[in-house]
Amino acid sequence: MLLIRKLKMSDYIIAFVILIAVFLCLVPFLFILSQSLSSNRAIISQSVTVYPIDFNIEAYKVVFADDGMLYSLFYSVVLTVGFVLLALITTILAAYPLTKKRLRGRGFFLLLMLFTMYFSGGLIPDYLNVKNLHLLNTPWALVLPGLVSVYYMIIMKSFFQSLPDSLEEAAHLDGCNDLQILLKIVLPLSKPALATMSLLYAVFRWNYFQDALFYVTNEKYYTIQLKLYNVINISQDFVGESAIVNLPSEALKAAAIVFGTIPILLVYPWLQKYFVSGIMIGAVKG
Amino acid sequence: MKADVLVRTDWNRKSRRITRHTIRRMLAHWQLYVILLPPLLYVIIFHYIPMYGIQLAFKQFQAMSGIGGSPWVGFKHFDQFFNSPSSWRIIRNTVGISLYSLAAGFAFPILLAVALNEVRGRFFKKTVQMVTYAPYFISTVVLVGMLMQILDPRIGVINQFITLFGGDPVNLMGKAAYFKSIYVWTTIWQGTGYSAVIYLAALSGVSKDLQEACVIDGASKLRRIWHVDLPAIRPTIVILLVLSFGNVMNVGYEMIFLMQNSLNLTTSEIISTYVYKVGLVNANFSFSTAIGLFNSVINLILLVAANYAAKKFTDSSLW
Repeated sequence: MLLIRKLKMSDYIIAFVILIAVFLCLVPFLFILSQSLSSNRAIISQSVTVYPIDFNIEAYKVVFADDGMLYSLFYSVVLTVGFVLLALITTILAAYPLTKKRLRGRGFFLLLMLFTMYFSGGLIPDYLNVKNLHLLNTPWALVLPGLVSVYYMIIMKSFFQSLPDSLEEAAHLDGCNDLQILLKIVLPLSKPALATMSLLYAVFRWNYFQDALFYVTNEKYYTIQLKLYNVINISQDFVGESAIVNLPSEALKAAAIVFGTIPILLVYPWLQKYFVSGIMIGAVKG
Repeated sequence: MKADVLVRTDWNRKSRRITRHTIRRMLAHWQLYVILLPPLLYVIIFHYIPMYGIQLAFKQFQAMSGIGGSPWVGFKHFDQFFNSPSSWRIIRNTVGISLYSLAAGFAFPILLAVALNEVRGRFFKKTVQMVTYAPYFISTVVLVGMLMQILDPRIGVINQFITLFGGDPVNLMGKAAYFKSIYVWTTIWQGTGYSAVIYLAALSGVSKDLQEACVIDGASKLRRIWHVDLPAIRPTIVILLVLSFGNVMNVGYEMIFLMQNSLNLTTSEIISTYVYKVGLVNANFSFSTAIGLFNSVINLILLVAANYAAKKFTDSSLW
C-alpha cells in the first residue's frame, strides 16, 4: 500500500513534524559530543558546531584518569544496584497484599500509602528525620527515604491484579500459603513487570540529585550526579563578563557531561523496550 | 423504648460477631499482614514521622530542645513570609513558570503522537520513538550542563549564530527576562517524547471502523485526524490537563536550582528553591518549614480540586 499510494500534502506535514522532532532531540547531543572531541582552542574560537574540530580524545583521557570521577561512578553503580534491590522487594511486599480482597483494612492501608504521594512533611521535617535516624552522610540517606515510589507500587499492583485468580486458587488448594504463592507463583509470572520496575527505579536513582545535595557533605559518598555538578558548575556566575582562562576547559566539561550519560546509554535499549509497557500499565489504572 | 433497646442489643451482638469474624479472618491470613509490615514501617518512618515535624512551622526551633520542646510562636513565620517583599515575587515566579509550561507545552506531545500514529513502517516508528524519548532519560545535572554549554556567551552554539548574523553575544543564562522561557522550552524538549507515549496509547484505541468510514466518505488524512482521532482521545487530553492544573504550585526543584545564578534570581527563585536556601543553607528551620507547609497545603487543595473537576468532566480520576 505504501508503495503505490501517491504522497499527499498531509503526508508531507506528518513527515515534517516527525523530522523536526527527531532533529531537535538529536542536535543538542551532537553539540556536546563534538565539543568533547574538539580542542579547547577550536571551541573558544567558536568554530565547533555539530562536528568535532581538531579531533582528539584528550578530554576523555583526563576524565577517565580522574580517580574521584571513577570512584563516584563506581559508587553510584553500587548504590543504584543496592537501591533497586531493596526498592523492588519493598514495592512487591506492598503491592501484593494490597491486591487481596481477603486482606482486611486493605482500603485503609492503600489510603495510607496514597496520601504520602500528595502530602509530605516538607524539606526540613524530612531532613530532621534523616538526621535523627543518624543517616546523614551515609549511603543509607540516599537509599531509605525514597525507597518506595507509591506510583510504581500502584503500577506493580495493577500488574498483579491482571494475573488470573485461578492460578492462585489452585495453589491454595494444593496447600500453599500466602508467602509461598507470592514466591512460587506470582513472582515468576511477573518477570516483565519486575524488569520494568527495576529499570524505572534504576534510572530514578541514577539521575536523582537533590537528596545527595541535601543529605551528603562527605565527598566519599558523592554520587556521580553531585560530582558532575561540581565539575560543570564551577562558578557559572563568572561566565560572561570576563572570560577567565583557568576555568576547567570547555572540552573537559563536555566530556564530563558525556561521561555521565554513558551508563544510561548502555542500558537504554532495554530501558526503552520496557518503559513503554511500564507507562501503559500505569496509564490503564493510574 | 423497649424495642429500641432490643434493637440496640441485637446490633451490639451483631457487631461483636462481626469483630470476632474479622479477627478470625485476619488471623487466617496473618501472612499477608507480615508481608505488608516492612512497607508499612517504611511509610510510617519515612513519611508519617516527618509529618510530626510540621509543628515546627508554628514553633521557634531550638536545636537543644528538639522538635517537641521548642517554644510555640503561632503564625509568626507565616506573617514574616507574607509580609516580606520577596514572598509574592516567589509565589508569582512559581505559578508563572507552571502556567507557562502548561500553556506552551501541552500541545506538542499530542502533535507528536498524532504524527507518529500515522507512521506505518514499524522499524521507522520505533526508531523515531527511541530518539524522541531519549532526552527524558538524561539526568537534570547533565541536562543543565548541556544547556549551559549551548547557551554560553563565549562558546555556545546559539551565540555563534547570533554573532554570525552580526549580533552581539548575549549571556542568556544571566538575563532574568529569559529565564522562564529557557526553563520552559528545555522541559518541553525533555518531556515531549515521553508524554507522547500516553497519547499514542490512547490513539491506538481509536475505532478502526470509524476511521475507515471516514476514509470511504472521502475525508483527507488531516480531516480524519481532526474529526475522528482527536475527539477520540479528548478524555485523555482533558484529564492530563486538569491534573496538571493540580500541580501548578509543584514546580520541579532540581532543574531550577541548577539553572539559578545571582543574575537571574529575580525571576528564577521559586518556593522550593527558597525553602532549601532558607532552611538548609541558612539553617532557619522553622521559617523554611512554614513556607514548605504553605506550599504543601496549597498543592493538596489544588490537587483535590483538580481531581474533583476531572471526575466531573471525564469520569476518570486519580482516586
